[in-house]
Amino acid sequence: MEWETVIGLEIHAQLATRSKIFSGSATAYGAEPNTQANLVDLGYPGVLPVLNGEAVRMAVRFGLAIGARIAPHSVFARKNYFYPDLPKGYQISQYELPVVAEGSLDVVLDDGTRKRVGITRAHLEEDAGKSLHEGMPGMSGIDLNRAGTPLIEIVSEPDMRSAKEAVAYMKKVHTLVRYLEICDGNMQEGSFRCDANVSVRPKGSDKFGTRAEIKNLNSFRFVEKAINYEVERQIELIESGGKVVQETRLYDPDKGETRSMRSKEEANDYRYFPDPDLLPLVIDDAFVATVKASLPELPDEKAARFVRDYGLSEYDAGVLTASRELGAFYEEVVRRVGRDPKLCANWVMGDLAAFLNKDNLEIEKSKVDAEALAGLVTRIVDATISGKIAKDVFEAMWATGESADAIIEQKGLRQITDTGAIETAIDEVMAKNPGQLADYRSGKDKLFGFFVGQVMKATGGKANPAQLNDLLRKKLSG
Amino acid sequence: MSAPAPTVASLARGLAEGQFSSVELTRAYLERIAAAQPSLNAFITVTGEAALKAAAEADAARAAGRAGRLTGVPIAHKDIFCTEGVLTTCGSKMLGNFVSPYDATIVSGLRAAGTVMLGKLNMDEFAMGSSNETSYFGPVRNPWDTQMVPGGSSGGSAASVAARIVPAATATDTGGSIRQPAALCGVTGIKPTYGRCSRYGMIAFASSLDQAGLITVSAEDAALLLGPMSGFDPRDSTSVDSPVPDYTATLGDSLQGLTIGLVREFFDKGLDAACEQRIRDAIAVYEKLGAKVREVSCPNLPLSVPTYYVVAPAECSSNLARFDGVRFGHRCDSPKNLLDLYCRSRGEGFGAEVKRRIMTGTYVLSAGYYDAYYLKAQRVRQLISADFARAFKECDLLVGPTTPTPAFRIGAKCDDPITMYLNDIYTIGANLAGLPGMSIPCGFVDGLPIGLQIVGPHFSEARMLNVAHRYQQETDWHLKTPSAFA
Repeated sequence: MEWETVIGLEIHAQLATRSKIFSGSATAYGAEPNTQANLVDLGYPGVLPVLNGEAVRMAVRFGLAIGARIAPHSVFARKNYFYPDLPKGYQISQYELPVVAEGSLDVVLDDGTRKRVGITRAHLEEDAGKSLHEGMPGMSGIDLNRAGTPLIEIVSEPDMRSAKEAVAYMKKVHTLVRYLEICDGNMQEGSFRCDANVSVRPKGSDKFGTRAEIKNLNSFRFVEKAINYEVERQIELIESGGKVVQETRLYDPDKGETRSMRSKEEANDYRYFPDPDLLPLVIDDAFVATVKASLPELPDEKAARFVRDYGLSEYDAGVLTASRELGAFYEEVVRRVGRDPKLCANWVMGDLAAFLNKDNLEIEKSKVDAEALAGLVTRIVDATISGKIAKDVFEAMWATGESADAIIEQKGLRQITDTGAIETAIDEVMAKNPGQLADYRSGKDKLFGFFVGQVMKATGGKANPAQLNDLLRKKLSG
Repeated sequence: MSAPAPTVASLARGLAEGQFSSVELTRAYLERIAAAQPSLNAFITVTGEAALKAAAEADAARAAGRAGRLTGVPIAHKDIFCTEGVLTTCGSKMLGNFVSPYDATIVSGLRAAGTVMLGKLNMDEFAMGSSNETSYFGPVRNPWDTQMVPGGSSGGSAASVAARIVPAATATDTGGSIRQPAALCGVTGIKPTYGRCSRYGMIAFASSLDQAGLITVSAEDAALLLGPMSGFDPRDSTSVDSPVPDYTATLGDSLQGLTIGLVREFFDKGLDAACEQRIRDAIAVYEKLGAKVREVSCPNLPLSVPTYYVVAPAECSSNLARFDGVRFGHRCDSPKNLLDLYCRSRGEGFGAEVKRRIMTGTYVLSAGYYDAYYLKAQRVRQLISADFARAFKECDLLVGPTTPTPAFRIGAKCDDPITMYLNDIYTIGANLAGLPGMSIPCGFVDGLPIGLQIVGPHFSEARMLNVAHRYQQETDWHLKTPSAFA
């Protein structure tokens, strides 16, 4: 039987506010345990939460960016359960009335097709603390620095049909939250993570299969692997006569498999109810308008502009707008070079991307900055060096941090554009190869390449290729 | 210093005129507290040393010309309010060892106004009770008859003011916990509008109902103390940002033209006939003062007890989840694992009534029961609010009994929670609707005091205090003192 995979994601993005969602404590990552937790975060008797307006503004930014409805009236609810890293015994979240509802994101897949993924809702909530088990035999430590960090939980529709689609969607959300400057997107530190709801059904069926929820996936690679493993597990299970049970599963990256954590029957009854300590969140049109006016150019808008203004393909435009920084870098190169945006794009996506990747660097940390790369591309455009020589120059720039011009000078790589010098070289080559010359002149056109090669060799690769071609053709034909 | 202790107003005058110092006054009250403790058990913690130090500072401030109206006046706080560096138990074993690292907003407000804290007052555990019998620290006794309950949950506050061992006390009211003990002890109690006083630092029982207030000898005293505890607090999102008037300024206003509503449902068959007569007598006083009286109806009010016993336990089941033995409060000995830590710490730390309400609340919020109980209760709550709103179109204030009967015997209702709960039948409505309410002494039945309840529209505290004060100008029930403490 042919099977269809159905995936929905719940993405948790930590909002980049300076203080927590319901208290004044700092949210900075990596502080000594429990140094960023005040009485409110610790859930002391008598303390009360006060909503951080900045977190609301960020949630509204996100809502507007996905074309969602911003709820004029939303409600904070308590999700009740006991755990040592949950100080109050409940998490303040939003349940029936979230701040953001009914949006969508377009995702461009590898094959160039576009897919729209629905976003059911996005709601504000507080993060829990962390339980620490290492280095404390027989005990667990509790670090409440993270407790109360603002999160936005972004819940998609079950619109994705493969792990690749799920990853493409997650990457798109990742791009978007960083564009909006509402989340640093740091997945290692847990600032951006997701739960994946996965089910399978016979192809053509319009009923959903029973789903499993894979918790806490914090890398794109894990999302893909975990979903693929889970899909195979479910298909094998069904085909061998078994039944998928609704449950929560954990992905073990070391073993590359998912494991059952708890079944539906064991699931908590969270006893949600509206938090009486917080008034309903009321957002008026004026506030929404202010936030809307402050939105940056969004990835899709930017990509469309790149296609329109720079003549790039949709694919290239998509790559170059994957992060705000990359887009800005590219546009800075184009601005400085002043022409040939396609060539600029090739350099940013080609050699530069390869070197960044090799050194595992983000674009902001690139060893060749936009100004330096523009200097190099300019020398190609003005025919000082050839594209081929430029690759060597780039490598040297990356290694030494020097400018393209300095390296071209030091290494004497300036292209030969003096027709006299090129002609001399051609004459010498022709004199040295009388046999090939005769063959060429008797009709063996293919030998033209041989002569180009010989002249290039003689000039150390510096002859301007276009000029060389012109002159050579003239001379060879006598 | 001789008893009966005068009012806050007269003490403030005495301090201002130099008749006595705050240190002398404070020492006198500390002596009365110590003497009464064996018979009343009104205090959980007496902060004598700190009180004398604060009194000395108050005297110094006065000498330096920096005294306000309340500078040097001793008061005591219900042990539900967090007080920095002082044991704050909430009447529970769970917090038997809890020294608060911070002050509640109303505590710092009253300190800033110059009051001197004498100590922390006994109360029903986590404010859950109507008789002060659920306190881990033992029951408080009624000064009018120590075999009787003082009411609850602010039993320590009411008993101590009634016995004149403190001039005034803070208290809290979730379903009647200020008004009911005030009535049973023959003192004045005010529960302000929900949101009038900050809840920050007041240990939560039922967040949407809890409100801080006062128990005092007179309405004038309440007017003096209410200002410093009122107003918007940026740390409490449910506190209301509206101006705080000088409540003393309008105390003497005329009652001509005032329309008083008698809620038909308050004069039901559950009301003791002798008590009803005292209430009718009080209404006659108001008619003499120029008020018009008319009957009004709040048909949904009889549903207030069951509504309350869904909403309040639901909220408390969640509010009390933080007492888990992990960060503060009682922790069981050598827990085997996490579940054992939770079960034994909470099992040992909470008393029976608290457990009953946590279980009730957990039940009504559970999947499959939420709609039938919690949601329905919230709807009834809106109906009750609407009843009050309609009534206030026909009258300015409502008056009626605070309780159906005078104080009952200690132990009499312990085995029957429903009968116990019905003691708050007249008071709960104001909490569900967020309205301000008062209880003022209006006579005695069989030697035990009776309270007249006044309920007003939101933020009508000034008018209510005025109405209470004018009654107290005509009567002296509020000045009666139990003979054992005279």
